[in-house]
Amino acid sequence: MANLTFKDFKSDQQVRWCPGCGDHAVLSALQRALPKVSQALGYAKERYVVVSGIGCSSRLTYYMDTYGFHSIHGRATAISTGIKVANPTLTVWQACGDGDALAIGGNHFIHAIRRNIDINVILFNNQIYGLTKGQYSPTSKFGAITKTSPYGTVEHPFNPGSLVLGAKGTFFARSLDVELHLSEEIMTQAALHDGCSVMEMLTNCVIFNDGAHKDLSDPEVRADRTIVLRHGEKMLFGKDHNKGLVLQGMGIKAVTIGEGGYTIDDILVHDAHTDNMGIHMMLADMKGPGLPVALGVIRDVKDITYDDGVRDQVKDVMLKSNIHCVDDLLHSGSTWEVE
Amino acid sequence: MQHKVIDTKDVVIRFAGDSGDGMQLTGSLFADMSAIYGNGLSTFPDYPAEIRAPQGTVSGVSGFQVHIGSEDVSTPGDYCDLLVAMNPAALWANAKWCKPTAMILIDVDSFDENGLRKAGFKTDNPFEELRVEDRAIIAAPISTLTMESLKDSGLARKAILKCKNMFTLGMACYIYSRPMEYIYAYLEKKFAKKHPEVIAPNKKVLDDGFNYAANIQAIPNTYVVEPSPKKKGTYRNITGNQATAWGLLAASEKSGLPLFCGSYPITPATGILEELAIHKSLGAKTLQAEDEIAGICTAIGASFAGNLAATTTSGPGLSLKAEALGLAAMTELPLVVVDVQRAGPSTGIPTKTEQTDLTQAIYGRNGECPIPVVAPHSPAHCFDAAFYASKMALEHMTPVILLSEGFIGNGSEPWRIPSMADYPEIKPPFARGVLPEGERFHPFDRDPETLVRRWAVPGQAGYEHRVGGLEKNHSGAISSDPQNHALMTKERQDRIEKIADSIPPVKVIGEQKGKLLVVGWGGTYGHILSAVNKVIEDGGKIGYAHFDNIFPLPKNTREVLLSFEKVLVCELNVRQFASWLESRVPEANIVYYNKVQGQPFLVTELVEEIKKQMED
Ligand code: SF4
Repeated sequence: MANLTFKDFKSDQQVRWCPGCGDHAVLSALQRALPKVSQALGYAKERYVVVSGIGCSSRLTYYMDTYGFHSIHGRATAISTGIKVANPTLTVWQACGDGDALAIGGNHFIHAIRRNIDINVILFNNQIYGLTKGQYSPTSKFGAITKTSPYGTVEHPFNPGSLVLGAKGTFFARSLDVELHLSEEIMTQAALHDGCSVMEMLTNCVIFNDGAHKDLSDPEVRADRTIVLRHGEKMLFGKDHNKGLVLQGMGIKAVTIGEGGYTIDDILVHDAHTDNMGIHMMLADMKGPGLPVALGVIRDVKDITYDDGVRDQVKDVMLKSNIHCVDDLLHSGSTWEVE
Repeated sequence: MQHKVIDTKDVVIRFAGDSGDGMQLTGSLFADMSAIYGNGLSTFPDYPAEIRAPQGTVSGVSGFQVHIGSEDVSTPGDYCDLLVAMNPAALWANAKWCKPTAMILIDVDSFDENGLRKAGFKTDNPFEELRVEDRAIIAAPISTLTMESLKDSGLARKAILKCKNMFTLGMACYIYSRPMEYIYAYLEKKFAKKHPEVIAPNKKVLDDGFNYAANIQAIPNTYVVEPSPKKKGTYRNITGNQATAWGLLAASEKSGLPLFCGSYPITPATGILEELAIHKSLGAKTLQAEDEIAGICTAIGASFAGNLAATTTSGPGLSLKAEALGLAAMTELPLVVVDVQRAGPSTGIPTKTEQTDLTQAIYGRNGECPIPVVAPHSPAHCFDAAFYASKMALEHMTPVILLSEGFIGNGSEPWRIPSMADYPEIKPPFARGVLPEGERFHPFDRDPETLVRRWAVPGQAGYEHRVGGLEKNHSGAISSDPQNHALMTKERQDRIEKIADSIPPVKVIGEQKGKLLVVGWGGTYGHILSAVNKVIEDGGKIGYAHFDNIFPLPKNTREVLLSFEKVLVCELNVRQFASWLESRVPEANIVYYNKVQGQPFLVTELVEEIKKQMED
């Protein structure tokens, strides 16, 4: 197999997202991640299938030069599931937005996670409906002022991380559109993970929700308000790399090394592979002002995947059954002869 | 009383009792035994609307009707010759189905004060209240006798009472001179693996029931129904849902594509998913989805990935799948959607049969969205219907809706087992070969003859392409160009219409032209055929055309309809197929006969209607 490069994944279609839209960066990260995935796992280009629903981010399918399915609103996860079960040798990537995956498609989303089907879901979270021009989404902040909430929303947003972990997800990671390298890194890790991998991408919609993630992405504050988690590494953050996370009581606390008697030894080491859902839930839920927002791979644990389960069961029954063709089936059970 | 043995052409037996009384099992045992004996056979289970309604109430009554004949029978029969009523509620709910000459067999133990009141009887004479007091009534203390029969079996009282249906079956076997060895063999086979301990007690109760019936003087006559002369071959009994599942598996084998079925449980279609889930040994993958929409969407995904994909549902589920059906039509992917119709609208009456989804199947989507519709006409025909629906879907790259009905899905009939060697290969239009350097696959380039596109399956190098719900041009690029949209709309319509080239012409039974043509479609075939035969026997000059292909219609439809002065369309809905025919052949003189009661036609009412139309 020839070495693939990001060019191999660029389709001939003109990219139509608004200039400055965060989706551009995610597309670029994906086109850079897949050649690496191919190299690591020996996947030929024709084995990739990209699936999407409806929304700005779902246009991604057309920009990838792979097999692609741009489906209908909310249903991408169900389509991906069917593709993967039908042919487990395919590697399925899915692009969906916060409205697509968490509102109209919420049911399929949680059930794909519960089944642990081996697909890679990129969840573009810009906290707004962009394609329909600016209505609030299930991740819009409480009180968000949008076209359908001119006086502010009066409903609580979902945190996609807690939704994924609540459904016993086996892989959850988060990145910012502006963190291109980190995005590429978590995509590669998602590809290596067997099971349903959800990657939340905090993206900026320059037109309808500009600056929604500004308090995290601004270069001035990013280092202090986010923390990049890597398995086996100390949970350190901050411009000067001198802040860290410690466990205190029932929760997590941010401390500064050298202050309050904390030393580097007190700082937690990230274990993405532990079964302990509680700690991952706490990490996924962290937010300001007291705590940094967690980026990177928060959870990555092994469990049986749905597609393997289906395939193994079919194999198993094939071995045990004495019905091997339709003629056998037709003659099984009670039959009688008419001479 | 003088006991007579009477030779008879056919009899109808209706077993009815509380849903816990095992009447479905009793009925199917009687049916299976009669099938093996060689009788013509048709059955129809009449499930209660509630799973476990309060014991002894009318809403908990479960029924099973069996029609056996010394010749082929094509319906489960309108009215019964023997009604078995295990409790007063069963009598209340079913007395109306008794022929004037019928016998009624009751478990008199359950006809106490309490039982009668629960069923809603006001007096202590239920027969008079229902005006069936002139029928031959056999009041047997079935519960007491079953207790007596098994008192030394070591079984608990509850377990013993569960066997009272076998006592009843034994009595029915005596009345209809059933050869008991078939049922012994059947019981042994059925329980050998899981419950060998119940074989002996069941046999004992069965025998005791048989002997009791022979010894009492209460049974006026017994009957003999000889086996019907049948075509040589191996036979089996099959329900429509089972046959549908098997037809899909047959298409999977003949196309060489694994079968994928994504479905959500819904009455009365669930049996198909359950049946497919058993047969993983044939490579079938079943996915019980989180909802109806996921059912069809997983199937569409599986189709894109190169499987033979199916989803099964009933009317409300078809409504939920409408948007995704449009996606399958737009992406031109093969898919079989089975709708086992039930009484609607909305939740309607889930356990009762109807043909009211026809219009939904033909039209029920946004945009111009033609999708072929086919309909099986009997339980066994579901096999061929599912096979050929799959063939149509795969070879024409389109979703196909298979409109079955609760009546045939749950009903059964004997079936001469076909050989798979007699079925054609299925050849999907796969894209093949290596594309010349620099050339790209155009997913919507079409075969000039059939207008069918080619199918490139992920995993095939060089054929990477995108499909989706947005309008595209032939190359697969998104296009909102007005002329392109007009062209693609026309091509989508024309390619479905062209399927008519590959479907058989509709046959006319009886007169080929003249005054009156009777028309039906789907599961009403048996009833209409019986009625038409009766009218012809009585000297009526009529024709009968039954449509298995709804859209597109067979090519000779116009010619057939216009060969008659009047066309009487009989269907279990309000003029849906009649309106469809009118829209396609406006010159035809169409009249209607409709029934929307959640029940199949009665042969008698059809005969009456046909005769009336002949006179008008
Ligand atoms: S509307 Fe917003 S989300 Fe959509 S393309 Fe433009 S910037 Fe991106």
